[in-house]
Amino acid sequence: MTTVETAPSAEHPGWMGKSVPRIEDARFIAGRGNYVEDVVLPNMLHMAILRSPYAHARIVSIDSSAAMALPGVVAVVTGALLAEHKLAWMPTLSGDTQAVLATDKVRFQGQEVACVVAEDRYVAHDALELIVVDYEPLPAVVTPQAALEDGAPLIRDDKDGQVDNRVYHWEAGDAAATEAAFAGADRVVSLTTFYPRSHPAPLECCGCVADVNPASGKATIWMTSQAPHAIRTVFALVAGLPEQNIQIISPDIGGGFGNKVPVYPGYVVATAASLLIGRPVKWIEDRTGNLISTGFARDFHMTGELALDGAGKMLGLRVKMLSDQGYAYADAQPSKFRAGLFHMVTGSYDLPAAHVVTDGAYTNKAPGGVAYRCSFRITEASYLIERLVDVAAVEIGMDPAELRRMNFVQPDQFPYRSATGFVYDSGDYAPALDLALEQVGYAEVRAEQQARRAAGATKQLGIGIASMTEALGAGPSRDYDILGIKMFDSAELRVHPTGKAILKLGVRHQGQGHETTFAQIVAHELGIPPQDIVVQEGDTDNTPYGLGTYASRSTPTAGAAAALVARTLREKARKIAAYLLEVAEEDLEWEADRFSVKGAPEKVKTIQEIAFAAYTNHPQGMDAGLEGVKYYDPPNLTFPFATYIVVAEVDVATGEWTPVKVVAVDDCGVRINPMIVEGQIMGGLTEGYAMAAMQQIAFDEDGNCIGSNFMDYLIPTAMETPHFDLFDTCTPSPHHPLGCKGVGESATVGSPAAFVNAVVDAVSHLGVRNIDMPVLSSRVWEAIHAAPG
Amino acid sequence: MFPSQFTYHAPATLGEALALLAEHGDDAKVLAGGQSLIPLMKLRFAAPPIIVDINRIPGLDTIAEEGGSLRVGALVRNRAIERSDVITSRYPTMAAAAPMISDPVVRNQGTFVGSLCHADPQGDWGSVMLALDGSVVARSVAGERVIPIGEFLDGPFTSTLRADELAVEARVPDPGSEFAGTYLKLERKVGDFATVGVAVFLATSGGTVTKAGIGLTGVGATNIKATAAEQALVGGTVSDALIEEAARLAAEAADPRTDIRGSADYKRDVVRVYVARGLRAAAATPVA
Ligand SMILES: Cc1cc2nc3c(=O)[nH]c(=O)nc-3n(C[C@H](O)[C@H](O)[C@H](O)COP(=O)(O)OP(=O)(O)OC[C@H]3O[C@@H](n4cnc5c(N)ncnc54)[C@H](O)[C@@H]3O)c2cc1C
Repeated sequence: MTTVETAPSAEHPGWMGKSVPRIEDARFIAGRGNYVEDVVLPNMLHMAILRSPYAHARIVSIDSSAAMALPGVVAVVTGALLAEHKLAWMPTLSGDTQAVLATDKVRFQGQEVACVVAEDRYVAHDALELIVVDYEPLPAVVTPQAALEDGAPLIRDDKDGQVDNRVYHWEAGDAAATEAAFAGADRVVSLTTFYPRSHPAPLECCGCVADVNPASGKATIWMTSQAPHAIRTVFALVAGLPEQNIQIISPDIGGGFGNKVPVYPGYVVATAASLLIGRPVKWIEDRTGNLISTGFARDFHMTGELALDGAGKMLGLRVKMLSDQGYAYADAQPSKFRAGLFHMVTGSYDLPAAHVVTDGAYTNKAPGGVAYRCSFRITEASYLIERLVDVAAVEIGMDPAELRRMNFVQPDQFPYRSATGFVYDSGDYAPALDLALEQVGYAEVRAEQQARRAAGATKQLGIGIASMTEALGAGPSRDYDILGIKMFDSAELRVHPTGKAILKLGVRHQGQGHETTFAQIVAHELGIPPQDIVVQEGDTDNTPYGLGTYASRSTPTAGAAAALVARTLREKARKIAAYLLEVAEEDLEWEADRFSVKGAPEKVKTIQEIAFAAYTNHPQGMDAGLEGVKYYDPPNLTFPFATYIVVAEVDVATGEWTPVKVVAVDDCGVRINPMIVEGQIMGGLTEGYAMAAMQQIAFDEDGNCIGSNFMDYLIPTAMETPHFDLFDTCTPSPHHPLGCKGVGESATVGSPAAFVNAVVDAVSHLGVRNIDMPVLSSRVWEAIHAAPG
Repeated sequence: MFPSQFTYHAPATLGEALALLAEHGDDAKVLAGGQSLIPLMKLRFAAPPIIVDINRIPGLDTIAEEGGSLRVGALVRNRAIERSDVITSRYPTMAAAAPMISDPVVRNQGTFVGSLCHADPQGDWGSVMLALDGSVVARSVAGERVIPIGEFLDGPFTSTLRADELAVEARVPDPGSEFAGTYLKLERKVGDFATVGVAVFLATSGGTVTKAGIGLTGVGATNIKATAAEQALVGGTVSDALIEEAARLAAEAADPRTDIRGSADYKRDVVRVYVARGLRAAAATPVA
């Protein structure tokens, strides 16, 4: 663990690699944050949403007269009303369409059918019960396999030319080369697995306060959004509002994890209602609304086949994937890649050939496919390859650590072009694996495992390894865009006369510590202490354009922009210093926070002195001020990697299991604030454990969602969350200006496979090869009982 | 939370409370710890027009041994049970179950008696009471009756308490001088309701079982008393063979459903494993 440091010291000069306490925590700990729910405007109305009880049904009629008659009700908004304003449907982030309020049919349980706008929330909820909707139930399609069967009910009959439930077919890699690799293989192992539908479940649900000023026409919308600028543009395009009249403000956000990237019906209806009524409208989602209707994650049915030679060298990888998209294709992901970055499925391994075939299908479930703490579907890819390697190890009788090591991409192969087209910027995988093995006491744990197997103990031991690499920090504009908007990001830096500064960014944090980390970047480049820098994000009128915070992209993109804009200001500062010290620019040296004259170190100007001069005594012919803006288009993604090892104890009589040791070795390049990085890793490991052990948004055969509250959709507590031992190696990114890589998601992406591998390893001697997540005790028991023995 | 409208009464005496229940009948709901009722009202699964909050009534928070039984008043919180000396020393089945109910926040508010009245087949206290042969004391303006727990628990979320009755206390018979017990619970995480829960109780005399109690949670439409298993134990001496036999009979008594927590076969087998483990643990730690 890192120790907290508040200032540079002789031992640790500068601001990089320092665990500065989080500047934003003061207001959060004191309860002085400002969340959407805290926004209260004069004359404000409240909105509540009526949701469909059916997964699939035709709407015969909606009678809202009784609701309208309830005192305090101002409006009941239905799809028919929105259709009059051409707002009944809206685009998704993957270019499909999604209903704002249902007009023709409801297509998932929980779909938004009508909204009540009332003087207070109690009345709004009372009125929901008075709306009479006549539904004609239709057969529900609840699996993607069933969706693609001949004669399956057509879910998207609203779309011209849509004749079946297929969403997309997309391939990556080289089919012929992969066939050839398989033809020449000594061994082929395969795994069919399902990565269940999970949900980011941020503690704060979604919500907004929409205030359209009837006089000025200006729409100010406080919104739980991870990507306020993109939302502003989508609003301009969808609602036809002039973009200069739309101000999106993402105030403090209580967690996002990808859930708060998309545009949701509630935002649109509240804004439309404010526009039509001329009063501010607040919509605060409840937990069930969040879990049942907003962006889910995963839901991939996957089969992987791995070809190996007799020695265990990997020759080729063949992957088929079927995605359950829900009723709309609403993945928040780069438009070029139909299954996100799932094709990064070769992971850390030097696979000469790979071929990935992906299909998406509509079902009667909520749309979403958001990158839940994940770089666009890379979690599913990482899970598949890391599980598949373990299956291979058992099948060919090799140690899973050895099998990984001998197939790693080697340090001298970077930059490494993968068989599916990624160019890995850097990596050195074996040292991370070795450190993790050492820290877990691998040899001893294996010996203990053998002893327990020999004794036929009730409690068996398993060791699960995952050596993941991921691609994040989208992204280079040639490949990465969302709805056409390129995935650059931005930073604007203004140094005030007294040497303090404000840094404005196009991203929007939701707990990641940007107000500290990005201040440290500027501090590192300019020497202004982080405590003297305000980091501003989330207000589209007051920050430069950017695509927001998700997919671990903030430090790779906006972080780079912050460093580069600071460097530009430093060059201007050099000119001012030269003028003040009456020397040539080349005669100056920069150190920490000042320029000094070479050979005359007593002649110095600090950044604060230079800043003051920039406004009071700047050279003739130079613009006053010390500020700048930088848009950064990254040359490549960054490729952090990690090895996670879990030791789990499994009760073979009941299937109960507990992780008894978890070791994480993360390499995210240069760490700006190690404490914040470790926080991200611990959070990610917790979420990885949650998905492995307990989470699933499940549905019954009629499409009823049986995971729409926290008694059914489980969040681990401190009681079952294991202790984590964290370690690191450092392989800087060669192209990021600070050598940083993203890290917000590594552990969520990589660790689920380690947990599952551990449980399967504990019972593999009983013949078990796979247990799908969530690995509930019942599934372990059932796998043991179904195993050939 | 945005429940339907209701009228709220907070009577200061038992008499007032009983009068309100007599007046409003089915329209009224008693509010004790609120840990089951309030979630239902929040989701509008329940919309009682009248709430009778009993929290201000004095004298309902007693835990005491009296007249050959333990009396647990209607306002005794789960937390108080967890911390009660008399319970930790004399009622090991209860003492083992208390800390397994949800989390400290719920335990601080939720009551023992309220849990029985709620009659959730996944509630833990019903099984404990079945194992211990407890009863519930119901009071109304018409008088008082003592209802054995087996008759009190009537079905999923239904008890035989009448709408005009308040459950004023639960009673648990004196365990005697040589006894043991425990509670085992399989949950997906802390705070989860039981996938399977097993309450066991043994009273012995010179090594012979004089009384046995086994209650099962989460494996039927109500908590289940594994009567055949209990009878198999009584009169015997605790041995591996007897434990296995009792465990087998208890598993037969279970009537689980397949659901997201696991298959019926799985739950039945966990009953078997847990009853055996529970009896072994109890036999290993007798109080005498
Ligand atoms: C998150 C969570 C997790 C939980 N997990 C568990 C668990 O693992 N195991 C478990 O056993 N329970 C669990 N519970 C339920 C908890 O134990 C409840 O507290 C208990 O079931 C009800 O007790 P209460 O005092 O809160 O009753 P209330 O919610 O006040 O009332 C419940 C019902 O009983 C009636 N009632 C209450 N008291 C009386 C009375 N004296 N006379 C007549 N009627 C009465 C009420 O009218 C109502 O219908 C959980 C609850 C929550 C919120």
